[in-house]
Amino acid sequence: MKKDIKFYLKLFASTFYLSAFTFGGGYVIISLMRKKFVDQYQWIEEKEMLDLTAIAQSTPGAIAVNASILVGYRMAGIPGALLTVFGTVLPPLIILSVISVAYTAFRDSVMVGYTLRGMQAGVAAVIIDVVINMIRNVTKEKKPFPILLMIIAFIAAFFFDVSVIIIILVCGLLGAISIYYHSHTAKKGDKA
Amino acid sequence: MILLTLYWSFFQIGLFSIGGGYAALPLIQNQVVDLHGWLTMTEFADVVTLSQMTPGPIAINAASFIGIRMAGIPGAIIATLGCITPSIVISLILAYVYYKYRGLKTFQGIMNGLRPAVVALITNAGISLVLLAFWKGEAFTADISKVDLLSVAIFTVALFILRKWKVSQIAIMIGAGVLGLCIYPFLT
Repeated sequence: MKKDIKFYLKLFASTFYLSAFTFGGGYVIISLMRKKFVDQYQWIEEKEMLDLTAIAQSTPGAIAVNASILVGYRMAGIPGALLTVFGTVLPPLIILSVISVAYTAFRDSVMVGYTLRGMQAGVAAVIIDVVINMIRNVTKEKKPFPILLMIIAFIAAFFFDVSVIIIILVCGLLGAISIYYHSHTAKKGDKA
Repeated sequence: MILLTLYWSFFQIGLFSIGGGYAALPLIQNQVVDLHGWLTMTEFADVVTLSQMTPGPIAINAASFIGIRMAGIPGAIIATLGCITPSIVISLILAYVYYKYRGLKTFQGIMNGLRPAVVALITNAGISLVLLAFWKGEAFTADISKVDLLSVAIFTVALFILRKWKVSQIAIMIGAGVLGLCIYPFLT
């Protein structure tokens, strides 16, 4: 890929644009990034994007900020990371600075409330669309281990409110154990 | 001096909030309400509300809002920089480690375990957003009359369009906002 001015502009513009329209927390922006960088631009592979998400989740700070740094680094090293992180923090910085002048009017505005309520439903649809694609990607390989892990992690998070850090640690550990278990049984198979 | 204090306060918020989003709330409250008295508790609650109404991570929103009130535009910039400094340093180190060692077997094993976990966590966040939209942010109950039907309709149409055609997600969100603005006034 040619890394000219146009490429850097595209990288900055896409993070700026995603950040400016992302309501509803870190996972929403990750879903949008996946759609943009994996599906649309095909700059990053699906699995790699999930890895970067796992790292962003386990690093201190906002997930959206961490994810943008990782994607920027992946695309263009440290300059890329700085570019994407500024693209990500500029929209909230500008919007909040403007709103802070008249924030009570904004907060109490009925019109803003109606628009946001509509947008909430739209954001929910966007993230569910991405979720369907991601679940399909996990299940299409037809390996029982990742599918089982996904179901257990979901039950733990959704029904039992298990902390994200514990889920990440346990799944990482199980993943490491499983790869040694697999290679152990594979070697036995070779000898036989 | 205030710029330095702002930077250091938000540096600590950025460094100690792991898990994103609302995990940062008690830390922000501790720094800006309890320790420095930059905001009253009511103003802090307003910042949380504003954060839900505007794009961007809550810690960045709080940094911009408090920074600009304490020291104008430079304050907003410095507080935001403080908030993202730990992220930049730690994420870059982890990215370097990831790209250097991802060929290793143990590392691949760990990542094999993490990928399905991440999908599960995003699914969890997605379902929470759906429940929030359908029940107008109130606790979810079996009571069907409490369901926001317009929200369900917007969600269904938006999801249908997204699955059927290649449309921009941003266009979907703006469209949903416009529908809300045009129809909700007639429902209440």
